[in-house]
Amino acid sequence: MAMEITQFLLAAQSADARVRTEAEASLRQFQEQNLPLFLLSLSFELENNDKPAESRRLAGILLKNSLDAKDSARKDHLVKQWFAIDVALKSQIKELLLRTLGSSALEARHTSAQVIAKVASIEIPQKQWPELVGSLLNNMTQQGSPAHLKQSTLETLGYVCEEISHHDLVQNEVNSVLTAVVQGMNQSENTAEVRLAATKALLNALDFSQTNFENEMERNYIMKMVCETACSKEAEIRQAAFECLVSIASTYYEVLEQYMPTLFELTSNAVKGDEESVALQAIEFWSSICDEEIDRQEYDSPDSGDSSPSHSCFIEKALPHLVQMLLETLLKQEEDQDHDDDVWNISMAGGTCLGLVARTVGDSIVPLVMPFVEKNISSPDWRSREAATYAFGSILEGPTIDKLAPMVAAGLEFLLNATKDGNNHVRDTTAWTLSRIFEFLHSPDSGFSVISPENLPRIVSVLLESIKDVPNVAEKVCGAIYNLAQGYEDSGANSSLLSPYLTEIITHLLAAAERTDGAESKLRGAAYETLNEVVRCSNLSEASSIIAHLLPAIMKKLAETMDLPIISTDDREKQAELQASLCGVLQVIIQKLSGREDTKPIIMQNADDIMRLFLRVFGCHSSSVHEEAMLAIGALAYATGAEFVKYMPELFKYLQMGLQNFEEYQVCSITVGVIGDICRALDEKILPFCDQIMGLLIQNLQSGALHRSVKPPMFSCFGDIALAIGAHFERYVAPAVQIMQGAAQVCAQMDTLDEELMDYANQLRRSIFEAYSGILQGFKDTKAELMMPYAQHLLQFVELVSKDPLRDESVTKAAVAAMGDLADVVGENTKQLFNNFTFFGEFLNECLESEDEDLKVTARWTQGMIARLMHSS
Amino acid sequence: MAPHEIRRPFKRRPISDQQKRRELSLLRQTQHRSDAQQRARNLASSVISLQSSSPDVDPEILSEAVPELDEGTESESSNFDVRQASRLRGPEARKWFARQLMLPEWMIDVPDNLSQDWYVLARPAGKRCFVVSSDGTTVSRVRNGSILHHFPSALPGGARKKGASGPANSYSILDCIFHESDQTYYVIDMVCWRGYSLYECTAEFRFFWMQSKLAETGACDPPSFYHKFRFSAVPFYNCDQSGLHSAYTGSLPYVKDGLLFYNKHAHYHTGNTPLVLIWKDESCSQYVIDTDNNGEVPNQQHIVLELQEEGKLVTSDDPPVPFSCLNADFVKQSGLSSGSLIRFAIGDGGLKCVDGRFEKADLQYTGVSNRARAFADSYSKIMFQYMARHSPLKVEDLASTISHENQQDKPPEVEMSD
Repeated sequence: MAMEITQFLLAAQSADARVRTEAEASLRQFQEQNLPLFLLSLSFELENNDKPAESRRLAGILLKNSLDAKDSARKDHLVKQWFAIDVALKSQIKELLLRTLGSSALEARHTSAQVIAKVASIEIPQKQWPELVGSLLNNMTQQGSPAHLKQSTLETLGYVCEEISHHDLVQNEVNSVLTAVVQGMNQSENTAEVRLAATKALLNALDFSQTNFENEMERNYIMKMVCETACSKEAEIRQAAFECLVSIASTYYEVLEQYMPTLFELTSNAVKGDEESVALQAIEFWSSICDEEIDRQEYDSPDSGDSSPSHSCFIEKALPHLVQMLLETLLKQEEDQDHDDDVWNISMAGGTCLGLVARTVGDSIVPLVMPFVEKNISSPDWRSREAATYAFGSILEGPTIDKLAPMVAAGLEFLLNATKDGNNHVRDTTAWTLSRIFEFLHSPDSGFSVISPENLPRIVSVLLESIKDVPNVAEKVCGAIYNLAQGYEDSGANSSLLSPYLTEIITHLLAAAERTDGAESKLRGAAYETLNEVVRCSNLSEASSIIAHLLPAIMKKLAETMDLPIISTDDREKQAELQASLCGVLQVIIQKLSGREDTKPIIMQNADDIMRLFLRVFGCHSSSVHEEAMLAIGALAYATGAEFVKYMPELFKYLQMGLQNFEEYQVCSITVGVIGDICRALDEKILPFCDQIMGLLIQNLQSGALHRSVKPPMFSCFGDIALAIGAHFERYVAPAVQIMQGAAQVCAQMDTLDEELMDYANQLRRSIFEAYSGILQGFKDTKAELMMPYAQHLLQFVELVSKDPLRDESVTKAAVAAMGDLADVVGENTKQLFNNFTFFGEFLNECLESEDEDLKVTARWTQGMIARLMHSS
Repeated sequence: MAPHEIRRPFKRRPISDQQKRRELSLLRQTQHRSDAQQRARNLASSVISLQSSSPDVDPEILSEAVPELDEGTESESSNFDVRQASRLRGPEARKWFARQLMLPEWMIDVPDNLSQDWYVLARPAGKRCFVVSSDGTTVSRVRNGSILHHFPSALPGGARKKGASGPANSYSILDCIFHESDQTYYVIDMVCWRGYSLYECTAEFRFFWMQSKLAETGACDPPSFYHKFRFSAVPFYNCDQSGLHSAYTGSLPYVKDGLLFYNKHAHYHTGNTPLVLIWKDESCSQYVIDTDNNGEVPNQQHIVLELQEEGKLVTSDDPPVPFSCLNADFVKQSGLSSGSLIRFAIGDGGLKCVDGRFEKADLQYTGVSNRARAFADSYSKIMFQYMARHSPLKVEDLASTISHENQQDKPPEVEMSD
């Protein structure tokens, strides 16, 4: 029997901390001691219309949190708990939840709809709540069902559709759900609240409706209802209908042809005259069509033949009208849209869509846009000038260089002058357009650039003048410099045209980063990122002394961050952010200078001081390891080599912290990579730290809480450690290989239809082979026999992988290498095994015929190792 | 249940620099991991076998120069790598290195499937040599094993630069021709690269590797303080009509000395091999017919043969082709001994062949060969020289062989039945 818990629920929201804590503790105790009863009591609370809104609200939240969690390990735990509850009691809870859908309190209905969807997500795939769909549909069809019950029922149906896969229902149920939802949209029969709920439910049910969309009659009916709804009186319902159209544009692109005339009319009316929230969705419809067509163009490889998805050229067919419509939106700018990152308005959406249209159709957009540009670019009205500049900038990606080059060459000087325009927006968009020009029309390496030795001095001087402009403009100028530098990245070994300006550019970027008026914009970050690119792309033989001077300047700045006054958490975050930028610059400098033997000593001479700074950065943040500092340390380890060992005593605790940081899995992943760098730098000298590192790695790999993306780097790291410490890996080999075998097993059972999962499977398999290779080569000549017990399993794994058509080249390479390592290292003892595994001959032949030269080399080597084995007596 | 987000990036770069740094770091780590594993693998496969029992090498000098070698195993073949070999001094070093080059036979008839299975390249005029970069220095040795240059280079491990810390075992061996006038080493083959042995790789692969790896190091850059000579990979072509034409007539930065033909499937085979061929005529070489010490073409063809036991005179081929015999008294009188290299002129009787094989020669003794020579002439060289003087193999013969092959390659017409 349910308990009366209203008082606790109210007290848990009390302003008095003592009362609150006590009530929370009581609730937690109840939950731990008797979860079924706790959930039942919460359901009663939620259902009871006599209870205060506040206690019902908390009851709903607690119910949801007992069924779902973001963390996947926690979620698994909750699901297990739910399954363990007595069936009769669960029926009672579900009954209460369904009854709440008819409550007069909107909030309780809404919460109940969400909780029902959570229960459904657990039970429906297990066929444990077969009557749910029936009882919801009953709410819709029963004579005299009140509107508010229909509204919450539709909401529930939408959420349920979102939570489960349509494979969990039989087609009949899908049909009934869809019928109920679409009927709910019917204007003549339903109130506005029901129609809104139905339209939103349809949005969630669209993925469900594949079979129905394949049937022309059903499809026509659904499309008719959506289009009618898009003309509803209520703006909110129109918006929901357009959201459905956006989703249909990408999900059912193939079948849209017959509806396009109607859809074009609907969307252009909305863009021209409807409220902004609706107009934004209408533009998004066209952006989604562009996304689809660009995708189809990119994946349309000629050899894939018939299987390539259809391309209906909707954008091309609508082009003149579409472009006209989008150009008009450009003139509807808001006064200060460039200052506020949260703004999203019709001119921004229209401009973005115009850029996508250019990428979709290429050259044919140019003659449609250029008259608009020419007409407006010199207008006295800033809106016209800005719109013209934006239009010009947005068509720079897509059309061919041949088409764009003459226009851009002719317009470049105008744009350079426009950096002095009286209007902030115009200058912002001008700087952005310049950065697009340098991005798409400046690649001297591939043979074309609008920049020549003649106009480069002028361009640099304009950029360095403009970087002093207001922060939002300066940020765009940073982008322009970024792209300018990038173009010169591969400009030949001898000389870079940018070298003479390097000192000046760096000085201005540092000044921009120092500015205090840029606090709200992203100027500082942009300035440092640009500095990184300038360093990365510089010609080292010409720039080495400049970069050598930059190094102490950045070190000094990083040292200064330690003295920033820290009062609030906000201060702490700002400090961490600045340190991230500066560690990033240091990382780039370290990598650049250590890339060549004659500049490497500069890093060696400063290594102690740099390392001391990184350790201080770690010291500033007790709760987590600073990601960027860790990344930079990897570069430093590579540069210093074996000498890095002197930093290990102090660094080690941060490496351990990084490895244990499950929540920020990126940090964990980077730390694992850095340990690999350190292994290669230290070789055997890493040994004293290996017990702890291996302990943590093994523990992590066994934990369900670790983000899966970190697992492959961890296996690779096994290999790095083994290669570094050689025979000493003996004591880890049993537990390590056991986990590797377990993971290999998991790979074999993965769902091959899930593309993302296959990507992961490939990474995982590659890393397991890398681990085998490292261990085998590490044991060579000393402990080779230790791997004999695992040889059979390794070959089985290689065989399994060799038979998988979905493996990628890097997996193949790693598999072939590991097989060769086995033959090379363990030698004669594996001869019999290789005789039993006949697959390898065919597998090697396949690799030898590959286009990938690296793979060929590896396969050839492996072939040699196995041949040597076979010919031995 | 979240509202559908339709905001798109506006006036922004789609990727953050931090993400780029992360990806670059990952890329670097992956590269270094694969390098490290590759190095571990190569320690085994790159050693070059040397018969330590070979009578040419004095075991005393060998054991002194290479303390790691166990003197007790002299009857066994032991592994011996180029870094150890580089410590050899004097004649042993010369002999050792002299045996490491792959030597082309001279083309005395046209091989089958030229257009399918062979590459052609224009041989630069100059000294054929073996370039080894290792332990911070680079040494080039000409065919007889003696040192041509000892210099710093941008090859892997080829210069002792401050702070250099490459892997100690990283060495590279290139097969080159040193071209005097532009002081350039033209690379015609690659034998080892960064410790990775290419001996067991096909020419097809070695050539690919050579073209792609050489440029990476900066070895093709102009000379500088740490890079005394420029290296350059010789362009090669499939030996079809156009390839042959390009190699034969194409303009190149170097003076040509004949054409080299490489069988694509052949491994790097030290010593003479019929899978690499040299061919010359007057228009692609200044040195078709051998000259004497004064650079003039002598009236008679001169050849060098090796004296064996019982006075047998043989070529440098393996197995040696016997050419003639010296009588024992003459040998004794002239102070010759087994192994001596002896120079002869071919008299008016010429070379007599039966069914394309040599049968008998009219040889006139001229004396002991120049000390700088390490080898006798090969059979194919003697024959080519002889043909060059009498009935040369012409470029037209090569071209017509290729066009004949192509006609044969055309698929037979097949009648389709319904």
